[in-house]
Amino acid sequence: MQSLVYILPEIFLFIVATVLLVTGLFLKNIKLINLLAIFSLLVAVFLILNQPFQSAFLNSFVVDEFSLVLKVMILIGSIASLIMFVSSKDDLNINIYEFPILIIFSTIGMMVMVSANDLLAMFIGLELQSLSLYVLAALNRNSLLSSEAGIKYFILGALSSGLLLFGISYIYGFSGNTNFNLIAVNINPESLGLIIGIVFVLAGLAFKVSAVPFHMWTPDVYQGAPTPITGFFALAPKIAAMGLLVRFLFNSFGEIYIDWQQIIFFISIASMMLAAFAAIAQTNLKRLMAYSSIGHIGYALIGVACFTDEGLRSLLIYLMIYLIMNIAVFAFLLSLKRNDGYFENISDLSGMHKNHPLRTMLIALIMFSLAGIPPLAGFFGKFYIFVAAIESEMLFLAIIGVIASVISAFYYLRIVKVMYFDEPKEEFDGSSIKSLNLLYYPSSILIIIFFIYPSPVINISEYAIQSII
Amino acid sequence: MSEIPILSILIFIPVVGIFFMLLIRNNDDQSSQNLKHTALWITFLNFIISLSLLFSFDLNNPDFQFVEKYAWIESGISYHLGIDGVSILFVILTTMLVPICILASYESIKFSVKEYLISFLALETFMIGVFCSLDLVLFYLFFEGGLIPMFLIIGIWGGERRVYSTFKFFLYTLAGSVFMLLAIIYIFISTGTTDVETLLVYNFTANEQLILWIAFFTSFMVKIPMWPFHTWLPDAHVEAPTAGSVILAGVLLKMAGYGFIRFSIGFFPDASEFFAPFIFSLSVIAIIVTSLIALVQEDMKKLIAYSSVAHMGFVTLGIFTFTVQGIEGGIIQMISHGIVSAALFLCVGVVYDRLHTREIARYGGLVSKMPFYSFSFMIFILASLGLPGTSGFVGEFLVLLSIFTVNTYFAIFATTGVVLAATYSLWLYRRIIFGALIKDDLSEMFDLTRREIIIFLPLIILTVFIGLYPKPIINIIEPSTEKIVNQIKVKLD
Repeated sequence: MQSLVYILPEIFLFIVATVLLVTGLFLKNIKLINLLAIFSLLVAVFLILNQPFQSAFLNSFVVDEFSLVLKVMILIGSIASLIMFVSSKDDLNINIYEFPILIIFSTIGMMVMVSANDLLAMFIGLELQSLSLYVLAALNRNSLLSSEAGIKYFILGALSSGLLLFGISYIYGFSGNTNFNLIAVNINPESLGLIIGIVFVLAGLAFKVSAVPFHMWTPDVYQGAPTPITGFFALAPKIAAMGLLVRFLFNSFGEIYIDWQQIIFFISIASMMLAAFAAIAQTNLKRLMAYSSIGHIGYALIGVACFTDEGLRSLLIYLMIYLIMNIAVFAFLLSLKRNDGYFENISDLSGMHKNHPLRTMLIALIMFSLAGIPPLAGFFGKFYIFVAAIESEMLFLAIIGVIASVISAFYYLRIVKVMYFDEPKEEFDGSSIKSLNLLYYPSSILIIIFFIYPSPVINISEYAIQSII
Repeated sequence: MSEIPILSILIFIPVVGIFFMLLIRNNDDQSSQNLKHTALWITFLNFIISLSLLFSFDLNNPDFQFVEKYAWIESGISYHLGIDGVSILFVILTTMLVPICILASYESIKFSVKEYLISFLALETFMIGVFCSLDLVLFYLFFEGGLIPMFLIIGIWGGERRVYSTFKFFLYTLAGSVFMLLAIIYIFISTGTTDVETLLVYNFTANEQLILWIAFFTSFMVKIPMWPFHTWLPDAHVEAPTAGSVILAGVLLKMAGYGFIRFSIGFFPDASEFFAPFIFSLSVIAIIVTSLIALVQEDMKKLIAYSSVAHMGFVTLGIFTFTVQGIEGGIIQMISHGIVSAALFLCVGVVYDRLHTREIARYGGLVSKMPFYSFSFMIFILASLGLPGTSGFVGEFLVLLSIFTVNTYFAIFATTGVVLAATYSLWLYRRIIFGALIKDDLSEMFDLTRREIIIFLPLIILTVFIGLYPKPIINIIEPSTEKIVNQIKVKLD
């Protein structure tokens, strides 16, 4: 019974979601439901901040500094995508009251993921998250692309869940435990079966964070799904899966890190390089952002591969900056609206600095930040990653990282080029959407002024990692 | 020492200016005039403040002055500013050139005036920051940050092939610099700090020095630029608007020269000594090859751009002699080139604004229509080829003097560069200014306007003043240069 108190935020959100689901049937006001959902997510943030650090359900669910920080980040991502939803629901043909509810369910799943300290809790969280996401991806039933995205995501996601479950069964079979800490205690470094288990679980998780070579679904799903949902994909699940990955690897297999380090090493390099090259050829902004997120995950994985305090800290710094940048980018994407139609091709941005000078200037700076150009926040994300890599003598990773960042600078610059150097087109009317400005301006200003006082982000990361190492 | 954080003020006044510009919202002619005036006054104010540096600067103190140090990212990486005899002149050069650039853009920039001026102010912040930073991370921040406004300046207001040029400029310099970033991180991890003052007395092992030197060198080599990585420069210069070329030649190239003096030879003297013959060879090749290339150019800006590469060859020659004269010569050559090449690009801008072409063959016989212009142009051409009595002579002379004491062969080749410089400069001047005025469209040309005279006057005065009486400049530079040379000697022993 005591354990239930420790999962109060999750329980609270679950009750809210269920109640909203029923009220939604009678209450036709989607805006109100969305508002209530946002409010309850804020309440959840408050609950999380005031939670005691404990482990519940026989240590299979832990509440610690790490889960606290990640949960707050996930909730921020969810709130951002709900705000995006309210600004675009009528035009995108997703005027369905289940949207905020599915987001909440998925958020609960993610919160379980980052708290999971047990293979089963991990799987439950992952599935709750994924099932909600499958539905969300296909939410626009009239769009072929959206349905395709949903199906594709579902089939590949089911496959990856299968791989994950297969890996879990191996790990359980060869270690006799499902609890991360107990696995660590009883680990047999010689056991080949465990390695096979790790490989399969990593394959499943790599799918969730969309790291190469399990990234194939990302561009299609990003492009097909309605933009607020794409934003959600880019924000919250990546963070949750990353947190899960860290806890899984660090808590249970810290002793045999040599074995999994090379896997992370490989997928990190592959993600950075593939994303850098593949994104060059994209013409659709959402596809481009998909490759961009693959690349960013590659950088974040460097932090995991280091297996040091520094590495973990840099990972968290990177994820926080990644979150803020992506909120800005997707809010920007949603503001590309003209006569009730949305535009998502790079060429549609042509010359938009003539009509929207301030907005264009900010998004150009976000692009530079994504490319990692100082003094913007994105640079500091990469800076800490490289510090961690060099400190743990992974110079090769760092060199690949900087080369990939130069190559990827090209496609970010191309967006700036189209916005600034090309001939202007018609005006967008997106700037009138107040709720988007709420996301867009604060996040881009945060990115720009980050360098003046970076300590909060660094302190939060240091606070978060103390429970892992 | 004063309590006022004067360097921070210098760095952040342009940022305050940007906020002011953002407040001016209308988009008509009147407001764009207001914007230009605002930017001009802000940068001029910055120039005046930077002059106050000169007065309160202690000439006998070779150490860093006006030092500010605050905790910034974490222990070891701090917000640390300060200038010494090496950097003070670059700061003043920057603050002087920016108002001139803005004045020079009064007529030529017709659209997106606000973005243009904001880019320039941001660029000024970054440029001053580079010369004031006493922390490697801070330095890198400013060094790379300058790419963003410059990318926009070339890309938006540039010529026909601006997209190609600005991408080339950006990616070249970025690719060069990222290895410096890795080197900085390595230094941070192995020494626990990126503070320049601490690192200047730190001894890196010989192997570390070699690797780190190469990493810094890739960045500075691309930026300064040295042959064979100079090809972005002519493209960027040709396509950039006049003011962009002025800043590019006047200040951005100097960042790398400054980096060589402060970091390459300061941190890694053994490696620098080891690589000195390599640098000398590259410099001499640059001087001769790019001078020859300059001879055959059809485009005025391209010609001046190639001559910049040659002049920068002298700078690197001087720096890597590790003698007081050599480094002083390098610095004076950079200051002089900052003034003279900036002025030459402005000269091109003057005729370009009138005829909208930079093709040398389209001009000829301008002296009869534009006497004042021809006079100013002549001064700068002569300074560019290093005529005694102009600023160009002092630097080149000191450099050649120092290189003779180190290696005669390199000196001989470098001296032929001076002859070649005379050839292409005078020939350019002859083709544009002299001869009969036979082309029809040239008859419409009018002489310098009042605004243009205001632009050229300070540059002419400085060019001649430094040429005739370089002592005040040398007095500023000497103590710090001696200190650098002594430190290198101590480390090498």
